[in-house]
Amino acid sequence: MEQNNYKGWLYLLPAIAFLGVFMVYPLVDVFVYSFEEGYNSASQTFFGTGLYNYAYVLHDPYFLQAVKNTLILVAITVPVSTGLALLISVGLSSIQKLKDLFQTVYFLPYVTNTLAVGLVFMILFKKTPYTDGLVNLIIGLFGGKSIDFIDGPYWAKMFVLCFYTVWVVMPFKILILTSALASVNQDYYNAARVDGTSKLRIFGRITLPMISPMIFYLVITGFIGAFKAYSDAVAIFGTNLNAAEMNTIVGYVYDMLYGDSGGYPSYASAAAIILFAIVLTITCINLMISKRSVHY
Amino acid sequence: MKVVLQNVTKKFPSRSKKAPEDVIAVNDFTFEIPDGQLIGLLGPSGCGKSTTLNLISGLQKPTSGRIFFDTNDVTDLPPENRGVGLVFQNYALYPHLTVRKNIMFPLQNFKGEAKLTKEVMEEKVLEAARLVQIDGLMERKPSELSGGQQQRVAIARALVKMPSVLLLDEPLSNLDARLRLQTREELRRIQQETKITTIFVTHDQEEAMSISDMIIVMSAGVVQQIGPPQQVYDDPVNLFVAKFLGTPPINVFEGEVREGKLYIGQEAVLQVPGAADQPVTVGIRPEGFVLREDGPLSCNLSRVEVMGRDISVVSTHPLCQNTAIRSIISAENQHSVGGPMVRFALKPAKVFLFRKDSGERIRFEVD
Amino acid sequence: MGNQTDFERIEKAARTRQIILKTVTYLLLGIWAVMVLFPFYWMILTSVKSYSVYNSEYIPSFFTLSPTLQNYADAFTAVPLARYFLNTLVFTLVTTAVMLAVITLAAFAFSRLEFRGKNLVFTLFLALMMIPTELVIITNYATITSWGLRNSFPGLILPSVTSVFYIYLLRENFAQIPDELYYAAKVDGTSDLKYLLRVMIPICRPTLITVTILKVIECWNSYVWPRLITDDASYFLVSNGIQEIRENGFGRENIPAMMAAVVVISVPLIVLFLIFRRKVMEGVSRGGTKG
Repeated sequence: MEQNNYKGWLYLLPAIAFLGVFMVYPLVDVFVYSFEEGYNSASQTFFGTGLYNYAYVLHDPYFLQAVKNTLILVAITVPVSTGLALLISVGLSSIQKLKDLFQTVYFLPYVTNTLAVGLVFMILFKKTPYTDGLVNLIIGLFGGKSIDFIDGPYWAKMFVLCFYTVWVVMPFKILILTSALASVNQDYYNAARVDGTSKLRIFGRITLPMISPMIFYLVITGFIGAFKAYSDAVAIFGTNLNAAEMNTIVGYVYDMLYGDSGGYPSYASAAAIILFAIVLTITCINLMISKRSVHY
Repeated sequence: MKVVLQNVTKKFPSRSKKAPEDVIAVNDFTFEIPDGQLIGLLGPSGCGKSTTLNLISGLQKPTSGRIFFDTNDVTDLPPENRGVGLVFQNYALYPHLTVRKNIMFPLQNFKGEAKLTKEVMEEKVLEAARLVQIDGLMERKPSELSGGQQQRVAIARALVKMPSVLLLDEPLSNLDARLRLQTREELRRIQQETKITTIFVTHDQEEAMSISDMIIVMSAGVVQQIGPPQQVYDDPVNLFVAKFLGTPPINVFEGEVREGKLYIGQEAVLQVPGAADQPVTVGIRPEGFVLREDGPLSCNLSRVEVMGRDISVVSTHPLCQNTAIRSIISAENQHSVGGPMVRFALKPAKVFLFRKDSGERIRFEVD
Repeated sequence: MGNQTDFERIEKAARTRQIILKTVTYLLLGIWAVMVLFPFYWMILTSVKSYSVYNSEYIPSFFTLSPTLQNYADAFTAVPLARYFLNTLVFTLVTTAVMLAVITLAAFAFSRLEFRGKNLVFTLFLALMMIPTELVIITNYATITSWGLRNSFPGLILPSVTSVFYIYLLRENFAQIPDELYYAAKVDGTSDLKYLLRVMIPICRPTLITVTILKVIECWNSYVWPRLITDDASYFLVSNGIQEIRENGFGRENIPAMMAAVVVISVPLIVLFLIFRRKVMEGVSRGGTKG
């Protein structure tokens, strides 16, 4: 084919321009920022270069709190949501009646505004002078003591955050797993049934291995997503996450950049790079494990 | 194990909105499959063969009618309790398990007293693998095997638990022509060694005829004829069976019976004592033609194909429904074939008459 | 094989197991459906309760006999909800439209045109897919600020009009179109641009629709970037609007009015989803991630 060089570049120009300005340059710049000590965004000056920003961030109690919160969130929501989604998808694929209806309902959280529905969750869990909130009333029904889930003890708040996060990420997981299950050839199940295989064994020995690539995909994207959690927390606890002890790493980055404690792009950059390093490491470990245990 | 189907019918709800009536896949089947035989279930695609197989395996339940294994009514028994072995058209080998684990899979399902020790399992697996001659490939994954090898693994997996009945759905259709010939001999050998009642589904009449003890010919959900292959071939009950069996296919003519004689056009070609006067459809097997210079049936000669032992005379006739009449003539009888016309005499045993309306056989006396 | 009574026992046990399994399955699915739907029900219910009724209920009731639309009126008058709405609409439409143009041109260049350095650039593009927004948002914030584009539509829109992933998705689809079509068009004297518009885009419409759907959902719900780049309420998107309403609007405790606003904000996407249900779910399973 003829080499119309300039033409190809012309078509690519808009994409390259946008990516250059808003992705490649920032990528370099974020490292530069992170090594510039005492950067002042107003005067755009700095004192020197070094690792001070990283040291500061790593010693900042707010950052450590954010890391702790994020790790707990990841450790709880990824297995719970994946397991629950698997359970529901298996149930969903075994029925015929109402299947479409259930599928549609389950997908709704995907198309709703995280901030908006978070507000509803807050109301359901919140304890105010007027009312204990619906969840507390239900707890009371079973004889439990009411807790303020929004402004109360740390574990109560963490529970709400995890609960809401799971609620938000379920649609995608259910969708992916349901279509993975549907793509398993029915003959495998028939063959196993004729051989007298129990339902549990069919699930463990045939279904799981067959959809294992998709499960690993969900676990990997789940980890990445949970590490970047932020809006869910804002939705429930408001923008001042540090005060609520519910900040996440991403939240810390934004607060450093622009928030009540904002104006420190250098610290923000250092924190963002630390986050990226964590996510990259975890993803690599995940990929290594999945290579070893996905069979084909 | 004897398999008996009694008035078995299977209907499926219609999927199209234009024709809301149920689709009848299997219509009022009644037949008995004797113990220890190899049965070919034969018919064109979409005639309900696979449904029949699924009914016997229990994967589908009949709408009405009963199914017996020996004297036990298994109609409502779930497939896992029937003890049948099933080989799927696409083999359905578990892609993540090795050959060994695939074959062992059914054995690991045994519970309670039937539970086997590891050693016994290994032994049985090896035995089954030897039977189908794949004992050298035990650690491979299915994706590393050829089509024929996969087929053998599938058979071994179905056989390893010593099923009461072995069911095979189009077992040879995914193999190439050479492998198909080889595998069908193999199938015959395995069945004779194990003596397991075996039912296999096929649309290839040659395949069914060559290895079956008995064939069941089906069309549009209805059993047409049951019997040993040769008998069904020699004595078809209707036009469908006559047309479906035999290569080259039977030659079909428009004809008429008048006063005990069969006429094709103006020519009286055969004495058919006992047949009533009526217009008929005539089926003549390719080997039913005899070349004779004064033969009563005259056809327009197209060409002669020499096949060594036999020759095949290809000709046309205005009243023949086939585009060409194929007749197989022993090479020794080869008289001079030449000129635009060729004349045949007919062997009465190879000529079948059928009613024009229903296609049912009209019998006449053959001496 | 046992005798007939044995068989009947097995049949019965199998049937019982089947029924139990079915019941448990439907129960489980039903519970999750309630979990999903309940927040929506609660938000609609609360939004039609009057302020005084809501606050007098110590034990919230699960239905109301005197629904009121007053809260909806409040939502549009007491806070600039209509403004947020309009902003989001403009933001979503412009971002999606510009992005479609940018990625289509890029995907066309990668799949159809030959030029030196193409493979290198494509590899670099793919490498960019791994970069999370969190890493680049800091500098983008600084860039937009230094360009003086804070509290403006260009500032909101510009950083999100390219997506390497969508370019990749579209390129894969473009590449499946047989070369013969291109040669045939060339022989007929069709220009590249015309070929793109008349042949490739119509053929790849399903993928473009997928991308559009995903981008619209993303834009409608975007929160982080708008929050960074706007502090003037007249440029707020709905997400920021909600946050603003929550912290400063209505007097903090007017929950019913807040819920009315939440309903209004949630409705457009839900309606869009219910109309294009299959397309949306298909699109998300092909190219979406969230979570």
